[in-house]
Amino acid sequence: MLLGLVVLVVVAVLSVLVGAGDLGWQRVLKEIVAQVTGGRSPLSGREAAIIWQLRVPRVVLAGLVGAALASSGATFQGVFRNPLADPYLLGAAAGAGMAATMVVVLLPATTGWVIGPLPLAAFAGALGGVGLSWALGRSSGGTGTATLLLAGVAVASFLTAVQTFVQQLNTDTIKQVYTWMLGGLNISGWREVWIALPYVAAAAVVLCLCARLLDVLTLGDAEATSLGLRPGRIRLLLLAAASLATAAAVAVSGLIGFVGIVVPHVVRMLFGASYRVVIPLSLIGGASFLIVADLVARTALPGELPLGVVTAFAGAPFFVLVLRSVKGRAL
Amino acid sequence: MKPLALRLRDVHAGYSGDPVVQGVDVDVPEGGWLAIVGPNGAGKSTLLKAVAGVLPGGGEILIHGQSSLSRKEKARQLGYAPQDPVLPEGLTVTDYVLLGRTPHLGTLAREGARDLSIVDDVLSRLDLEALAGRTLRTLSGGERQRAVLARVLAQRTTLLLLDEPTTGLDIGHAQALLELIDRLRREDGTTVVSTLHDLTFAAQYAEQLLLLDGGRVAASGTPSEVLTSARVEQHYAADVEVLTSTRGHLAVVPVRPGS
Repeated sequence: MLLGLVVLVVVAVLSVLVGAGDLGWQRVLKEIVAQVTGGRSPLSGREAAIIWQLRVPRVVLAGLVGAALASSGATFQGVFRNPLADPYLLGAAAGAGMAATMVVVLLPATTGWVIGPLPLAAFAGALGGVGLSWALGRSSGGTGTATLLLAGVAVASFLTAVQTFVQQLNTDTIKQVYTWMLGGLNISGWREVWIALPYVAAAAVVLCLCARLLDVLTLGDAEATSLGLRPGRIRLLLLAAASLATAAAVAVSGLIGFVGIVVPHVVRMLFGASYRVVIPLSLIGGASFLIVADLVARTALPGELPLGVVTAFAGAPFFVLVLRSVKGRAL
Repeated sequence: MKPLALRLRDVHAGYSGDPVVQGVDVDVPEGGWLAIVGPNGAGKSTLLKAVAGVLPGGGEILIHGQSSLSRKEKARQLGYAPQDPVLPEGLTVTDYVLLGRTPHLGTLAREGARDLSIVDDVLSRLDLEALAGRTLRTLSGGERQRAVLARVLAQRTTLLLLDEPTTGLDIGHAQALLELIDRLRREDGTTVVSTLHDLTFAAQYAEQLLLLDGGRVAASGTPSEVLTSARVEQHYAADVEVLTSTRGHLAVVPVRPGS
């Protein structure tokens, strides 16, 4: 755990050192040390602004989004007892995608909003999608996870259909929508950090505190009940917390796939399947992974790569590597 | 007469309003072993689930004389192992058994030193110490059944509800597990209520039998009272002989029809 935090800090600092603007990593390191120890800054005001107003918030935001997606993914896998569950399973992605498309189509040029309409719509759409799935699952009379899962599939395909339809009617906006959906942190600043932080932090606290209960849930509802718990309530709490974090992540970064599935599984394979380990290490691992992925996205080529492409491109081989090295021992 | 660990009066239970079991009356004294027997579909597991509180049921269910226990209070008095428990394959045996401490912890609390020592104690009594760090996936059938029993025993309850604890075990492993349950019962004064499909095992380990058929009590009493060949033939549609072994144990033996 401690080692994980050290890795996270090292990764974060390293990725602040590198980037466009060619400041020289030694000078950036000196600047960071100067800021921490209260020494004299070696950089000009403009250069310092690049560090503290562009790179640092972007790294922080990448960490927040990665932590949110990985811990939510782990939670979804536990609640649904399904290794392929990801945080978008209950319609968070489809809801956010549809809402974002609507905004792009209906509000073509918007200025003067405190928070851009796109993140706001994505946040509301993600929560709306999950809420709709939950309501639908409840009204079908099912209390178990199977009904909820099916409701999620239905809601997701419906919302995706609506989105595709709207998009086809407005082909001129396809590129803008598509760019957003591929995910990225290229417009991030401290404002986005403050948007996402409260939700991600609150969810992280709830998920860490409930990790033991999530272990009990994996025994199934009958045994959880016989151990004195109310599985339905715990599920609601866990899914609400995870979905809130996911919605916040989607709002500031678009749809970034793969993190929610790969990171928790790598953690399981390396450190065991108890959620008391998986949840905190997914927070740390997800943050580290996305910081590195974003570093690649902004430095590998002269232009920016979509972050969602990088996570899959780098994540898939890494996943295979870990899978082979442990021979599927912990799956 | 010993005080009652469990008293059922006119208990009924079933899925969504359709009663599978009805009109069950039975008393189990503290330290006793009641085996619920009956043909497939008789409602054995349903009755056990209703007593465990994992399936809605009606009628009077008194646990140590108390009827209105909260879910958590109940979980401190009564441990339940389903017929096919879900084992989270990646968990270690220790982590799995620790989950049995849940009813004794605050909702968000962690286990303390006392919980860990209880789990150590249970693991050593069930001869699982050597497997403590292994994941559940790597266990054999017999080891898995012992791990499930350890999880229930870690709950430290005075009443154990075990649904077919010998499922999938060969005759030797089944016997070893039942001997173990019987030893724990005698050492701790625990009361055991189990469903058992093997009538010979039920006759030799349980002190009382409850024979269910079609969701109703067909017979109730000591094994020799309940298990007559006529009754088994009537309720199981099987040709059997009920024998007494040379060492005085009851055995229900199937015989070829017409032979």
